[in-house]
Amino acid sequence: MMIIDLHHYLILAGALFTLGVFGIFLNRKNVIVIMMSIELMLLAVNINFVAFSYYLNDLTGQVFAIFVLTVAAAEAAIGLAILVTFFRNKGSVAVEDISAMKG
Amino acid sequence: MIVQALAFYLFAGILLLSAFMVIAARNPVHSVLFLILAFFNSAGLFILLGAEFIALIMVIVYVGAVAVLFLFVVMMLDISFADLRKGAMQYVPVGMMIGALLIIELVFVYGSWTFATGHEEYLDAPFERFSELTNTEALGHLLYIDYVYAFQIAGLILFVAMVGAIVLTHRRRSGVRHQNVSDQQARKVEDAFEVQKVTPRIGM
Repeated sequence: MMIIDLHHYLILAGALFTLGVFGIFLNRKNVIVIMMSIELMLLAVNINFVAFSYYLNDLTGQVFAIFVLTVAAAEAAIGLAILVTFFRNKGSVAVEDISAMKG
Repeated sequence: MIVQALAFYLFAGILLLSAFMVIAARNPVHSVLFLILAFFNSAGLFILLGAEFIALIMVIVYVGAVAVLFLFVVMMLDISFADLRKGAMQYVPVGMMIGALLIIELVFVYGSWTFATGHEEYLDAPFERFSELTNTEALGHLLYIDYVYAFQIAGLILFVAMVGAIVLTHRRRSGVRHQNVSDQQARKVEDAFEVQKVTPRIGM
């Protein structure tokens, strides 16, 4: 219990990922909180990468964590830009109003 | 050893609590602030794992840029967040079910995880290769030598994201004076002024 090994980090990351998925269900209407949930899921992935890097004795995991960070930042910027544009045109950010493409 | 374990449980506990508050808070501004707390605690976990560079990048990029971006957007948009939460509770049972399924599966997979024997031979960048370097220097060696193409592509992704965000949010408003570069370039000396011969004491 007092020796922290890989399983502790893996289960922590799993719990964090599950909270992110649950957040998408809980805030079905609010796109901003959905994007924050996605950030939480990416954070869980990063914790997995760095934990494996440490316990596998291999630095490559940390390099991949940096790439995940990059993609997360780009995704947040583009997503929020789309959100602002959509709000300017429709005056709403509710998910059910975003149906112009009939997807 | 025991200090390390206590630090892990402290960071992990606050991380999970603040992650729960991110999705459960009524006010999105509170959600963003709890997201910042979660990022800080994950940075603490990364420090525990010896990944100082990622921990500090986490604070700079996530707290300093991404979370502040979220904060700006939440505060700029004039939305009634109470309406958005209406009827949210009806999705709680299905969300709970899928979440419970997911965490049970993940615990099954992770709980019995062991590394294959002999995996040491297949390591790409073992720590021993960089034993005399700090974490940041070792990551720099890897990024600029082994992963230089992926690094360039990451830069390209960020560039495209920047251009996309500007193009998406930029708008031309009517009634605002703009600089017209081609008009300015097409201007000649003859259009701008003319030289007149002025007779003394008579004027023009």
